[in-house]
Amino acid sequence: MITPSQTAGPFFGYALPFAGGGEMAPAGHPDTLTVHGYVHDGAGQPVPDALLEFWQAAPDGSRTGVPGSLRRDPVTSAVIGRDGVGFTGFGRVPTDADGHWVLRTLPPPATAPYLAVCVFARGLQHHLFTRIYLGEPVGDPLLGGLPPHRRATLLAAGDGVGRYRFDVHLQGDEETVFLELS
Amino acid sequence: MTRTGPMPAEGMATDMSTPVQSEIDAEIGALHEAAAKAVAAGAPAEVHPRRDFAPYRSSVLRHPKNPLVALGDPDAVELSGPVFGVTDITELDSDLTRQHPGEPLGERITVTGRVLDRAGRPVRGQLVEIWQANASGRYAHQRDQHPAPLDPNFTGVGRCLTGDDGAYQFTTVKPGAYPWRNHLNAWRPAHIHFSLFGTAFGQRLITQMYFPGDPLFPYDPIFNSVTDERARQRLIAAYGHDLSRPEWSLGYRWDIVLDGPAATWTEAPEEDL
Ligand SMILES: [Fe+2]
Repeated sequence: MITPSQTAGPFFGYALPFAGGGEMAPAGHPDTLTVHGYVHDGAGQPVPDALLEFWQAAPDGSRTGVPGSLRRDPVTSAVIGRDGVGFTGFGRVPTDADGHWVLRTLPPPATAPYLAVCVFARGLQHHLFTRIYLGEPVGDPLLGGLPPHRRATLLAAGDGVGRYRFDVHLQGDEETVFLELS
Repeated sequence: MTRTGPMPAEGMATDMSTPVQSEIDAEIGALHEAAAKAVAAGAPAEVHPRRDFAPYRSSVLRHPKNPLVALGDPDAVELSGPVFGVTDITELDSDLTRQHPGEPLGERITVTGRVLDRAGRPVRGQLVEIWQANASGRYAHQRDQHPAPLDPNFTGVGRCLTGDDGAYQFTTVKPGAYPWRNHLNAWRPAHIHFSLFGTAFGQRLITQMYFPGDPLFPYDPIFNSVTDERARQRLIAAYGHDLSRPEWSLGYRWDIVLDGPAATWTEAPEEDL
């Protein structure tokens, strides 16, 4: 009796993204990493109407998260951003007009050294899960089961100090590995 | 060039590459028939829409061609998920008719239901988000160029947290149908977009709720991208006369059951937690 998925369509942009959605790291935290990239379609064109969500373990390994990703001002109802004390573990970023997205977060722990990603877009009828690995951990069961060219699609590339690049290819020669969580 | 249909929306391509409704209908019909044959031959009915469903043209370049990779990781982060709380919502978020100085135009409705997991257990204290067109079928979004009026008293965005029984409730106005450019004379049935979280990130769902008896159902490639008839029916809310309030609003009921990794609903032995 599961409820079917339906596309997020083109008009989620005024509803789902929120101020500071990509600012998972507390402002000014010295360990902050920047992870960014593009979303491409099967023709290699940027996807300007995608929404990426991120979920990760906290640096201390905890996976419980804390509320407050969309913390609101009860007077004006505006989103005033995370309180910078708790690490919510959740981020949400729409792609720009050029298909680009940016996330600032804290490093995930060695016990789960990746960011879980859920991709939504106009034209995508059912979201897609993938993972961003920051480095290639030894003995990871998912990566170990993939041929090298597929494995590479899950590995973020170093892009300067504290910065990583990760592109999502929905289709095509460089198609990202997407996951079935069964 | 002769046109047999109504005038297309301004700026719409009218060249030979723009399909007409009968072509879309034929494509949908063929795909539904093939899916029904597969089920008759013993395949399980498909719960979710196919990511590759060509009658919805935008899906063509936006679906992977490789099969999904099964993640059999009992320690996956995706088995846990984000949490939300009272700081993430305000009281007015669930009443879309009270977010502006004046009242929006349209038919006032309430939409209520429960968010459940695969085992039928309520999803408690989780975030439900909705967005929708106004009563005229226009979104408060710059990219929506449908020449129907915006309503200064309606944005069309709502949020709430589910209760202990998994229940959510919104007060809003019934959205209008609206045209889009998938094919010539394409119209979306009235719908409300829903975004849902379970207890695990792997239960995440974005979907659309429809209204009973909509005459546009047979023509819509998005609704029909769910090839199984019974699954499509699960996208349609029920009118609930018991939910209607005298001289105030009409009520609709729609329960949502989240898919997701089995490990989130099979009781795991204590030592595995
Ligand atoms: Fe819509």
